[in-house]
Amino acid sequence: MRTAVVVFPGSNCDHDAYHVLADVLGQPAELVWHEEADLARFDAIVLPGGFSYGDYLRAGALARFSPAMQAVRREAEAGKLVLGICNGFQILCEAGLLPGALQQNEGLGFRCEFVHLRVESADTPFTNRCRPGDVLRLPIAHGQGNYYADEATLAELESEGRVVLRYCDERGRVTAEANPNGSLHNIAGIANRERNVFGLMPHPERSAESLLGSEDGRLVFLSMMDSVAREVARR
Amino acid sequence: MRFQAIVTITLKPGVLDPQGTAVKRALASLGYDRVGEVRVGKHVVVELEASDRAEAEAQAREMAWRVLANPVLETFRTSVEPLEHQAGEAV
Repeated sequence: MRTAVVVFPGSNCDHDAYHVLADVLGQPAELVWHEEADLARFDAIVLPGGFSYGDYLRAGALARFSPAMQAVRREAEAGKLVLGICNGFQILCEAGLLPGALQQNEGLGFRCEFVHLRVESADTPFTNRCRPGDVLRLPIAHGQGNYYADEATLAELESEGRVVLRYCDERGRVTAEANPNGSLHNIAGIANRERNVFGLMPHPERSAESLLGSEDGRLVFLSMMDSVAREVARR
Repeated sequence: MRFQAIVTITLKPGVLDPQGTAVKRALASLGYDRVGEVRVGKHVVVELEASDRAEAEAQAREMAWRVLANPVLETFRTSVEPLEHQAGEAV
């Protein structure tokens, strides 16, 4: 799986994502500056976490005007896999590639801790290594991860099985106490209708090695590799 | 003509405003206990060139809709005033 990790001014999880792909999983990966306008040579694109453009105006609001984002939109429409982590999720929402928006955490605090996540949909290229109901342990680190969408959008996400991950307790119960930021429906990650674009606030790239406290994040990248391999075999 | 557009952005009614809630609590701790809801927003000042006020207003609204505000969460209002420079004057 050839993966581009897009580097915006202010990205700070780009090297972590590159490390997991290249060093941990042995996949060809490239750090690509946001001025790159052609990403057609890649199977998958990662928009990493960080504070692109200093979060000016709103988190992710300005990054969507980078040339690389036009390329991301093109490749997403062509069916390539696009994974937005944390700030990458915010950028995907601002760019309209995913519905809804991420606003200030309900408690105003920057939340930096491990959380539990229930896999709601394993029928995506990003979670096919999981089973519905599996509980993953991944870290979060954000001040603006409070997922918001209007009622109609939420109903659509739910009915189409596009809520992929939900904040839960260690036994998989989705409760208000397990919700770190006030996200509606405890939403931590969603996919687009075609399921090739996935955004999540937790950091799978920071939890792909046992040394870091959890290997659960690896499942996201392994799922993507399986999907790309299947797609290559199909062609 | 040159205009100054002021775009005021706030969270939509009904969207929880954590900053506003925190500010309300701070006001209460100062003794302002008759304060109702507090909403925090943004104030963006844009200078722009347009042939008349209607065009300036239309441009400001388009900018607000496309980037200055996020229509999922936020609402905005615009007000436009001509700047004092005369048309054709070097700026």
